[in-house]
Amino acid sequence: MPIANTPTTVPVVVDEDKCIADKGCTVCVDVCPLDVLRISDLTGKAYMKYDECWYCMPCEADCPTNAVTVNIPYLLR
Amino acid sequence: MDDLRAGLNEVDCDLLVIGGGTAGPMAAYRARKKNPNAKVILLEKANVKRSGAISMGMDGLNNAVIPGHSTPEQYTKEITIANDGIVDQAAVYKYAQNCYGIIEELDQFGIRFQKDENGEYDVKKVHHMGTYVLPMPNGDTVKKALYRQLRRARVLISNRYMATRLLTGKSGRAAGAIAVNTRTGEFLVIKAKAVIMCMGAAGRLGLPTSGYLYGTYENPTNSGEGYSMAYHAGAKLANLECFQINPLIKDYNGPACAYVAGPFGGYTANSKNERFIECDYWSGQMMQEFYNELQSGKGPVFLKLNHLHKDTADHIEHILHTVERPSRGRFHEQRGTKYSEQMIEMHISEIGFCSGHSASGVYVDEFARTTVPGLYAAGDMASVPHNYMLGAFTNGAIAGEHAIEFADDVDFDDFDDAATSLEQERVLAPTRRDDGIPPNQIEYKIRRLVNDYLQPPKVTAKYELCQARLAEVRHDMETQMMARDAHELMRSMEVASILDCADMAAFASLYRTESRWGLYHWRSDYPGSNDVDWKCHVLLSQENGVMTCEKKDVAPYIIPIGEDEKDAYYKQRITAQA
Ligand SMILES: Cc1cc2nc3c(=O)[nH]c(=O)nc-3n(C[C@H](O)[C@H](O)[C@H](O)COP(=O)(O)OP(=O)(O)OC[C@H]3O[C@@H](n4cnc5c(N)ncnc54)[C@H](O)[C@@H]3O)c2cc1C
Ligand code: SF4
Ligand code: SF4
Repeated sequence: MPIANTPTTVPVVVDEDKCIADKGCTVCVDVCPLDVLRISDLTGKAYMKYDECWYCMPCEADCPTNAVTVNIPYLLR
Repeated sequence: MDDLRAGLNEVDCDLLVIGGGTAGPMAAYRARKKNPNAKVILLEKANVKRSGAISMGMDGLNNAVIPGHSTPEQYTKEITIANDGIVDQAAVYKYAQNCYGIIEELDQFGIRFQKDENGEYDVKKVHHMGTYVLPMPNGDTVKKALYRQLRRARVLISNRYMATRLLTGKSGRAAGAIAVNTRTGEFLVIKAKAVIMCMGAAGRLGLPTSGYLYGTYENPTNSGEGYSMAYHAGAKLANLECFQINPLIKDYNGPACAYVAGPFGGYTANSKNERFIECDYWSGQMMQEFYNELQSGKGPVFLKLNHLHKDTADHIEHILHTVERPSRGRFHEQRGTKYSEQMIEMHISEIGFCSGHSASGVYVDEFARTTVPGLYAAGDMASVPHNYMLGAFTNGAIAGEHAIEFADDVDFDDFDDAATSLEQERVLAPTRRDDGIPPNQIEYKIRRLVNDYLQPPKVTAKYELCQARLAEVRHDMETQMMARDAHELMRSMEVASILDCADMAAFASLYRTESRWGLYHWRSDYPGSNDVDWKCHVLLSQENGVMTCEKKDVAPYIIPIGEDEKDAYYKQRITAQA
């Protein structure tokens, strides 16, 4: 059977003005226990690639520039 | 990243520790301390810096046995009663005797524990009988402090490697493990003289009602590989029918958390504002009362703090919203709930396996040895009941020291090379398909079946239906699961563990034809407990690939339990309500 992509809102927001991934930072990607963050080839900034989050927040706590915000996702609110 | 690459590397070490959450780092650290010449590898699916249940930190020690507040004998008695008598006391007693030393060691690492004005540990009473809860005002530093010690002890850390199978040597000993890089799909074969498994709970068994596969109580990285790998290696697993089920905040996947709120006067109440259980310490018996109240006309159930002084309620809120599960604060903010103003609605978590909270784990003795020589287990996945974080640290330390001594005395046990190629084929099969079912859909189906059929109350006919449905899903998984990159490959392997755990949960539950541990093993067609036939462990294992269960006597008690004491945890319900 063919595979489709279903849209979903994701909890992690990265402030691209603050993110310094283009200077080599990968801290949030490195620490995430679920391994769901990536650096975008397109923007050179961090983003949430997979909707597989535990809302635990190391990504936010460890980001050196406070670029990450973990929101409570819609189905939990 | 995530592009699949072919590759196979081989390394060897004296001791392999799998899982770098709580027990694992302590095991690796203590092994290196004991034998500074030993080569110790710590393998971690995520990143040791922020992995496991304590990735952000912890609010307190739930089971600290501290001189002047309680004794190892009292603790052993309490846990024996809380776990309905099914306890080999030697392991609990050993934990209780050793945990104070671990607290002092953690203190030296820089993790502070709450002290009173006289400089004494400020231990709080939450359990039914004794006093064991010790708050951690800087609980957010745990992971950093541990990591510093690992670096100092020069433990070799391999992050982003997911273990998938243990290797068994020709003489039957543990001989290492096979792991897959979660970002490239490359294999790593680790030969070892001894192996310690610290892979945490099986936290992705039931499905959270939010609809998020990863919105579980447990850290969802802990998807049950520890249980599954132990099973496939021929180890015995104890009392898997004693599920983990916890009280949570409704909709949010964090504990409610009586251990923090209780000592300040917070408690669990029904919708009439009435307290209905004496003791908020998590046990199956307490969860049964919780469940009964939810189902009754007096439900739902709430965490009640709004009768406390505002400063006190705010203080509790501050602790609960900053350390262990800080997103809880955001959840309440969005809902507009304040602990000082409203009661907080609670609910029941999905089911899982976890000895840290209940008693379902790989069978271990007081030295953390499993039934396979050279194979150890510690933390949530090992069978020492109600062991929590301090249990993971303490038994991790015990495992590390014993295993490194074992490794000193033996040589590598050769294993069959065919085992690695077979495992490579099993792991990579989903990557060889260009048409099929993605792992998240297979996972959803398994976990939906778990909720529909395996959640207590346990009904025999429903369990048998579930087994048949799970067998169909297994066939789908083996013939149709498809992974397009390394990340999906990791998820595929997790699905295989989750399915193994679901099968084990069903099989063990059907075997024990009585009810025990309150809600954890409530069988509606066998509603009473039956001490004559079932005051024993149930051990699950495989014989020639076929799942089997056997009874094992509870070891004679070291600390006797009186007839008048043994049912204390069943006396939870407050009868005359004020
Ligand atoms: C939300 C929450 C709150 C809690 N609050 C308290 C509290 O206040 N006080 C208390 O005493 N206890 C508390 N506990 C319990 C306590 O945290 C656990 O009992 C303890 O941390 C378990 O340690 P562990 O080493 O067994 O598992 P973990 O610390 O979870 O470590 C397991 C590790 O194994 C890794 N892993 C999993 N699978 C694989 C694989 N296939 N290959 C390689 N690595 C793998 C994981 O990434 C993880 O790092 C809480 C637990 C939770 C979830
Ligand atoms: S940690 Fe912060 S700065 Fe670094 S990559 Fe992530 S978002 Fe960007
Ligand atoms: S909240 Fe946790 S799981 Fe979610 S992206 Fe951040 S670190 Fe990863």
